[in-house]
Amino acid sequence: MLWACLHFPDFSLQLLLRGSRACGPLVVTTGGNRPRILSCSLEARTHGIAPGMAMSAAYVLSPQLAEHPRDPAAERRALETAAAWAGQFTSAVSLLPPAALLLEIEGSLRLFAGLRPLLSRLRCGLADLGYAADIAVAPTPSAAWLLARGGAGSTVTDPSGLEAALAGLPVSLLDQSKETTRSLALMGVRTIGECLLLPREGLARRFGQGLLDELDRALGKLPDPRPSWTAPSRYKSRLVLPAPVQETEPLLFAANRLIQELTGWLRMKQAGITRLKLNLQHEDRKPTVAILGFSRPSRDPRRILALLRERLSTLILPDRVEAIALESAEAQPLDSRNLSLFPEDRLPEEERWLIIEHLRARLGPEAVYGIATHPDHRPELAWRCCEPGTDVAAGMPVKRPLWLLEQPKRLGGDGDQPVLDMPLMLIAGPEQIESGWWDGSDATRDYFIADDGNGRRFWVFRERQGTKAWFLQGMFA
Amino acid sequence: MSALDFVLQNPTVWRGDQYAKVAVESVSTGFAELDMQLPGGGWPRATITELLLNQQGVGELRLLAPALARLSQNEKWLVLVRPPHLPYAPGFESLGVNLSRLVVVKTRSDAESLWAAERCLRAVSCAAVLAWPGCASSQALRRLQLAAEEGKNLGVVFGPTRSAAFPSPAPLRIQLTAGRNRLELQILKRRGGGWAPPLSLDVDHPACTACSEGDPEGGTTRALSACAPPYRRFQHGVA
Repeated sequence: MLWACLHFPDFSLQLLLRGSRACGPLVVTTGGNRPRILSCSLEARTHGIAPGMAMSAAYVLSPQLAEHPRDPAAERRALETAAAWAGQFTSAVSLLPPAALLLEIEGSLRLFAGLRPLLSRLRCGLADLGYAADIAVAPTPSAAWLLARGGAGSTVTDPSGLEAALAGLPVSLLDQSKETTRSLALMGVRTIGECLLLPREGLARRFGQGLLDELDRALGKLPDPRPSWTAPSRYKSRLVLPAPVQETEPLLFAANRLIQELTGWLRMKQAGITRLKLNLQHEDRKPTVAILGFSRPSRDPRRILALLRERLSTLILPDRVEAIALESAEAQPLDSRNLSLFPEDRLPEEERWLIIEHLRARLGPEAVYGIATHPDHRPELAWRCCEPGTDVAAGMPVKRPLWLLEQPKRLGGDGDQPVLDMPLMLIAGPEQIESGWWDGSDATRDYFIADDGNGRRFWVFRERQGTKAWFLQGMFA
Repeated sequence: MSALDFVLQNPTVWRGDQYAKVAVESVSTGFAELDMQLPGGGWPRATITELLLNQQGVGELRLLAPALARLSQNEKWLVLVRPPHLPYAPGFESLGVNLSRLVVVKTRSDAESLWAAERCLRAVSCAAVLAWPGCASSQALRRLQLAAEEGKNLGVVFGPTRSAAFPSPAPLRIQLTAGRNRLELQILKRRGGGWAPPLSLDVDHPACTACSEGDPEGGTTRALSACAPPYRRFQHGVA
């Protein structure tokens, strides 16, 4: 077994910083009546602000300071979505709240062509998510966790090297009570290595079996099972922006973080999505909702982002956005596709649908459609709007116009000659159509092709019953 | 051979009804007379073509139908951007257009039509884009032209006859008027220049001479032939 531990230092602060490219001084506080600072951004540090300071003192140093109270529930949710994203690297991910993930990676080494490529993929991916993580690899989960927090970047693959690697780490990293740590310090034991040199019996008598067990688990002498975390069937994630924004670009930047996370989750599921909902949350208003639809299941972050850009460019935001939330529908299996023997001889299927999606994102889903014939004798019912690309069996070839009027237009004239500005000459017909008596919109009409003497040809009909009025229904364009 | 023929054989003599044939990838129009007058021998690809007409319904779609029918055999889209009326499925089918390739785009404004047309022209997945953008400025047409160059597709923009008086960046401009049972065409501008005689086509009965020699893409590329001396090619007159 080989475990990688991703530890996110200052996780509550990272959650805010990832939402924006650049932001002013920012602190995370304890909240409550007299908030104290838990962590502060680099910018805030340059103003002389440090963790532990009272908020009132910090405001004196930097009046434009942005304050966010810590939200442990949000941190937990963010850790879970990060775990969902990490699922693409291994099937065994476990959470180490509040701010670490454990990945069992031995089984994935072959797939990713070794440890180094896998780690660099992890680092790149985390950078796309906007996280800075300390990563350590060790044969036991506890050791990986200790190494990640104590000395980032250490990679131990051989169990025999474990003791040496852990020896230099301070005992304060161990999951022991404060008293234990203090007593050890009073004894002059500051590192794990020094702790391991002490006689086991004495150590157990003085500090209990717990300390010994923890050390043994870290060294692989005791089993250390970790519950593996199961990703939910839908992706749902929220990102609080460090400062409210209304412009498209900063929103896209933040949305990209979530989209990257979403596509990691989709890769784990080996699936794509066809519907995506982005909630843009305002302070005192209902959230603005942007829904993206894909004609084919997709998990390409660039494609999703391009579509979102199109959608956001037409959206009118009533107010500044404080937080964004991305929600996916059920993931769907990706279209399987046979690779062509001769590449480039066909247009990739996704490429074909890209343009349809783009047009729909900007103009609305109903604005882009295909047409198909429908077996009905009544001309206005002989066609249907449909999804572009729908194949319908061809009907009988008859002479029909290319343009149809939305509503038949009443023509002047009576008797045998209809009039549209000038008398029309009937050059073909009549074609008698009588149908639809069963559904209430029955038609009994004589259809003619008429010429206006200027080279334009129309498709006109005369009611055979009632008023016997003439109507214009189509044009032979 | 008369003395006149002898003089005309001299390659430095240019005749007014000739135009320099340029290598343009094109799709046969399906009308042999029209193909002969168009550089590349058909509707040019990777450019926009302006069809100017005063009234809808003179036969502008039937003129394009043979080319559209051919392009629809391919898997790429044929896009109609803001058609003036509902495109009628049985009508298009009767002209041989594969309906599953046809995409209709409804827009709410001229600006949206131009955006959609430009976006479709830029996409390699569209074989042809027919747009009715209302009144398109020269600048807008220029954008469409650049987009068509990128997407290498057949772009057709319908406009009113009155815009014939104004210059346009479209390399091919044809004015359409209805004649008695026929469609009268006047090529106002084409690549290679030269004056084109007015044409009168029976759009209901395309005489498809070039249909047999197509490549699967449905296009033909005619090589440059020295029909007129090359130095006469400055005749890119703004029509």
